[in-house]
Amino acid sequence: MYEKDGEKYYVVDSHIHFWNGGASNQKNRYGAGFTGCFYDYQKNLSPSEWVWDLEKFGSYTEDDLLHDLFDVGYVDKGIFQPTYLTDFYTEGFNTTERNGALAEKHPSRLITNGAWDPRDGEAGLDALEALHERWNLKGVKLYTAEWKGDSKGWKLTDPWSYRYLEKCEALGIRNIHVHKGPTIYPLNRDAFDVADVDEVATAFPNLNFIIEHVGLPRLEDFCWIATQEPNVYGGLAVAMPFIYSRPRYFAQIIGELLYWLDGNRLTFASDYAIWQPKWLVEMFVDFQIPEDMQGEYGVLTTEVKKKILGLNAARLYGFEVPAEARITTPGPTTGESIGSAPVDETHPVTA
Amino acid sequence: MSRGDEVWSALGAVRDPELDEPITDLKFVTEVEISGGDVRVRLRLPTYFCAPNFAYLMVADAHDVLTSLDWTHHVTVRLDDHFASEEINGGVAADAGFSGSFPGQAEGELEQLRNTFRRKAHTACLERSCRSLLEEGWEIEGLTRAHLSDLPSGSATESLLRRRADLGLTADPQAPLLVNDDGTPVDDVPRRLRYARTVRVSIDGNGIFCRGLLETRYGTADIEGTFSGIEVRKAS
Repeated sequence: MYEKDGEKYYVVDSHIHFWNGGASNQKNRYGAGFTGCFYDYQKNLSPSEWVWDLEKFGSYTEDDLLHDLFDVGYVDKGIFQPTYLTDFYTEGFNTTERNGALAEKHPSRLITNGAWDPRDGEAGLDALEALHERWNLKGVKLYTAEWKGDSKGWKLTDPWSYRYLEKCEALGIRNIHVHKGPTIYPLNRDAFDVADVDEVATAFPNLNFIIEHVGLPRLEDFCWIATQEPNVYGGLAVAMPFIYSRPRYFAQIIGELLYWLDGNRLTFASDYAIWQPKWLVEMFVDFQIPEDMQGEYGVLTTEVKKKILGLNAARLYGFEVPAEARITTPGPTTGESIGSAPVDETHPVTA
Repeated sequence: MSRGDEVWSALGAVRDPELDEPITDLKFVTEVEISGGDVRVRLRLPTYFCAPNFAYLMVADAHDVLTSLDWTHHVTVRLDDHFASEEINGGVAADAGFSGSFPGQAEGELEQLRNTFRRKAHTACLERSCRSLLEEGWEIEGLTRAHLSDLPSGSATESLLRRRADLGLTADPQAPLLVNDDGTPVDDVPRRLRYARTVRVSIDGNGIFCRGLLETRYGTADIEGTFSGIEVRKAS
């Protein structure tokens, strides 16, 4: 928990990784390229004291993760979002199994999501069920840009994807995290826009679709869809670190998101180990929309910050929030949200 | 104009479709070599995994603008340090089109994608122009009566006119300013402007991100780049 000026913030880091991206696990030049891209993100958007060397970045340790998230990073709960990338990495990049092993050792702090790929067909449905039994999944992470043999990507609207979403619904896996972000390499011209989210969000109103990286670099497409679909959420991984290097741009992103959605549908994430949560949490709590932009965007209230940092994700995942960090009074959302609100604001946020 | 200037100026018309900025401003062009009628150009991008369809558009457009200069004989455009460099370079050189460059992996050609970004670019430019009028004292509701001739002269207006031309919209000074991408009048002005602002924020943000990543990858005079961890020869 983070405390500042007498306010307590329950922190859920809803997008973290324990990857093995080092040279020994890289299958080919694509693996080297993928780790390298992530590393450039860290180097480009972190304060210098948080930039590692490439070797550590490729294969940091369990101790690094625990220290950065929990000893210094204020994180109360961390949610692993696996990305397999088995065409790039011999043992996979960041698998449910690798994440889950760590989560099992620290059950009060860490949980792992699973993943599926519609191109695995019938066998993949069984594998998902087994994964769910083994790890008690509350969510999955989908990576539509993943390569698999000759295929360089897939869409949420592919027929087999519907089968998997139905399976998730049947198993009670309600949180569907979808990567729609800047690593954009499926060749199909449609594979990295967010339109496919629109269709499945309508088709599966009982599932929550958390769009990681809030659609960047297609922020407006994401906002447009989220406005129409109350079960679409925005994960702030990759958007968060702009708070340090480009605070005015960060204000614009948050301002736009709060306008089109509202404060109940955004979730904090560091994307660890690309970025460390410590400085993100500190800067976010201290952050305010610059005065000359407040006419357009309003201000960020403490309540909205509390929701974004942890309460929204806690609600999606059923984490119990300590009483002192809850919000029990109706909180106004910042700005002039025109989105459809998914929650009753007078309802206390608890498990 | 020297041939070198002509080449640079031609390449300045090639834009990153998503960022809506010239590849020359974005520092994507690393080398231009002219020998008689032969031109060789090298390009680079901010990440190893930049979307191959965008990369293809830029390489193909660069090839086209240079080929259309009346003195060029043989044009070679090479993209360096990209996961699909080989396919893109080979495809553009052979005039194979995007699908032909990635047999079985890419559906259809890229005009639809290009049009999507032309519309976005128009929307973002329209927002900038409307904002300048609002700063001059116009009311939002009054903007439906604004004409192109009401805009101040300058680069923002030139940008808007260029984007209109890309969409086939008129540049007639008496033409209404506030139109949809298909030329029809906007009926809900505040909402259209609000959406346009989000488009503009999105495009601006992408530009910031890409410029930062390019510097991280290739370095600046003071900072050594990382080449995204890939061992490659640095383009000089």
